[in-house]
Amino acid sequence: MSSANIETAGRARRPLRRHRLDKPELLAPAGSLEKLKFAVHYGADAVYIGGQKYGLRSNADNFSFEEMREGVAFAAQYGAKVFVATNIYAHQEDLEGIADYLKQLEAAGIAAIIAADPAIVEIAMREAPGLEVHLSTQQSTMNWQAVRFWKEEGLPRVVLARETSLEEIREMKSNVDIELEVFIHGAMCSSVSGRCVLSNHFTDRDSNRGGCCQSCRWMYDLHLDASPTADAGDNPFTMGSKDLCMIQHIPDLIDAGVDSFKIEGRMKSIHYVASVVNAYRQAIDAYMADPEGYHLRPEWVSEIGKAANRPLNTGFFYSTPGAGEHIYEPEEKPAPYDFAAVVTDYDTASGIATIQQRSPFRPGMEVEFIGPGGRSFHQTLGELENDLGQKVDVARHPLQTIRLRTEKPVFPLDIMRKKML
Amino acid sequence: MKPELMTAAGSIAQMERYVAAGADAVLIGEPRYGARLPGAIPEDQLKEAVSRAHELGAKAYVAVNKLLRNHELSGLPGYLRAVREAGADAIVFGDPAVLLNVKEAAPGLPLHWNAEMTGTNSAAASYWARKGATRAVLARELNEEEIASFKASVQMEVQVQVHGMTNIYHSQRNLLQSYMEHLGREARLLDLGPAEGLFLVESERPDERLPVYEDENGTHVMSADDICLLEAIPELLSAGVDSLYVEPLLKSDAYNETALQGYRKAVDAWSADPSAYEFDEGALEAIRALQDPRRELSFGFLYKEQVY
Repeated sequence: MSSANIETAGRARRPLRRHRLDKPELLAPAGSLEKLKFAVHYGADAVYIGGQKYGLRSNADNFSFEEMREGVAFAAQYGAKVFVATNIYAHQEDLEGIADYLKQLEAAGIAAIIAADPAIVEIAMREAPGLEVHLSTQQSTMNWQAVRFWKEEGLPRVVLARETSLEEIREMKSNVDIELEVFIHGAMCSSVSGRCVLSNHFTDRDSNRGGCCQSCRWMYDLHLDASPTADAGDNPFTMGSKDLCMIQHIPDLIDAGVDSFKIEGRMKSIHYVASVVNAYRQAIDAYMADPEGYHLRPEWVSEIGKAANRPLNTGFFYSTPGAGEHIYEPEEKPAPYDFAAVVTDYDTASGIATIQQRSPFRPGMEVEFIGPGGRSFHQTLGELENDLGQKVDVARHPLQTIRLRTEKPVFPLDIMRKKML
Repeated sequence: MKPELMTAAGSIAQMERYVAAGADAVLIGEPRYGARLPGAIPEDQLKEAVSRAHELGAKAYVAVNKLLRNHELSGLPGYLRAVREAGADAIVFGDPAVLLNVKEAAPGLPLHWNAEMTGTNSAAASYWARKGATRAVLARELNEEEIASFKASVQMEVQVQVHGMTNIYHSQRNLLQSYMEHLGREARLLDLGPAEGLFLVESERPDERLPVYEDENGTHVMSADDICLLEAIPELLSAGVDSLYVEPLLKSDAYNETALQGYRKAVDAWSADPSAYEFDEGALEAIRALQDPRRELSFGFLYKEQVY
């Protein structure tokens, strides 16, 4: 799909503008311009992206300034904001050029940067005052006096360390008047963020400048007095954590005073971002609309389950993670559902949808269509036609345009997904 | 000013040995506020320890370098007052909460900024200097060029680790206990604190042993090699490095004494007359003789170019 199509789609289904902090912000990752559009369309109040420099995902498909401007314009139609992660710990060679880069972010309409290095914090406040500076989780802020320190430095928001418990968040909130942003979903460093240089030691890749190669998820033997602790057949030692998922605890987070709910995953797929945002958007809206009558809906949990590829847990929110919160078994199962196509158009009169292929599908296949707000239905695919009106036995070409009859109306940017075998 | 040779000590007796071996300054403290110390000198012995260091002509720094949690804040002002009353020459900090407390409870106490692996550039160091830090402890992952550029760009002392293992991973999770539990073993097999004989081997790197231990601050993984920058002393001192740190963690007293003696001689010789300085192979041989053969003596990141 061309981005122009997505933009038109966005205008057509423009939701009500949300006012910041009337309710907590849902902040989603956007690893590319297309992911940004899906994240915003499925309900994110703000997205965070990486630029060409100074971010911790050097392998991601990072944004050019031109793409940033387009992303900001798209998000603005929904009343959503765009943040840029400038969360490296800079070395001497990185210092030159930071000021220019930050000024360009400001000019592109970026609302905030997420920074850990005090050098970058300070340069941003001096050189690009139009940018808010949010303190990154990489600064490992885990007590209320450290939060107060950053407040006194003039920062409007701190992204807390992932080690912080709900109880500690409540204490911070009652002691300091500042926005607190908290990771609620996704992969986690098992180390204190920033306090890991395993990649540097094993591969000469600098983890604190975006080179992390996830050595914590590799396999190790633990030796005690020179003997291995594991017997044959035992799982090896790893430092890998299960992924965070707080969908079942949204009222606790809102009541603790969390201002921004952050989803991890700039490297994750469109399907993942759309599904996860969709579920949390509904949970937050439902609780804010009627706290008394709120109940967790099983669809939200299953929605997340369809996109997740790792076992889930609640991190440090309720207690320090133990054996049950780590991954010892061989991991990385693919998510149970896969993105098959995106809807680009729908003709109400004929009931024919135009979709664009993202992975192969064929007539007879069971699929599910999903859209913002939890809309979804299952159907068996009937005949497929290409853009020349010819029948197609398999939609095998990436980005191929296909027309088909859907059992219910669909809307641009709805996702068609298929169950993995 | 002659550069300082610094180490850490876990007891007053150890401090005496290390000062006798050539240390000008010793880092002490306890796990309540300090991270990865070779042993604890509790608050009620601080005065005695600092006085003893001063009698021996050495400085005593106290480690308050942990990342703190809410419940640990209430004891901090009292601890900082005790540190100042003990006459400590500086505290080492990483968490900005410590700055606020020093201002109120122990104003004037000199501050050394140590953010471990995130102390990577001079602009960040200068930022903390404006908050009162007089020294920056550099990340071990910097190379020689970066160290020189860092020092040339700040108006504060810089400290570089020249010898021993480095911390490469710190978690607040109890990863060893958790793994024992996963295996169905008794977690009591594990002692808290730095322990000999406990290490990790990554499956594709069978020759590298990463010491690991757990204490009240979580799980610590240490490097498989020991930094040894004895041969690079002239370069470091020419660059203006103010303090050279020998990490004593998980080494015998005799090993640490030998290392300190080697660096002492090198620093003295270079400081007396840089142009007449000659590298003393014997000092390195003495360290090698006590070196665990399964742990490489390396230049760490001194000559490395990292990618990302």
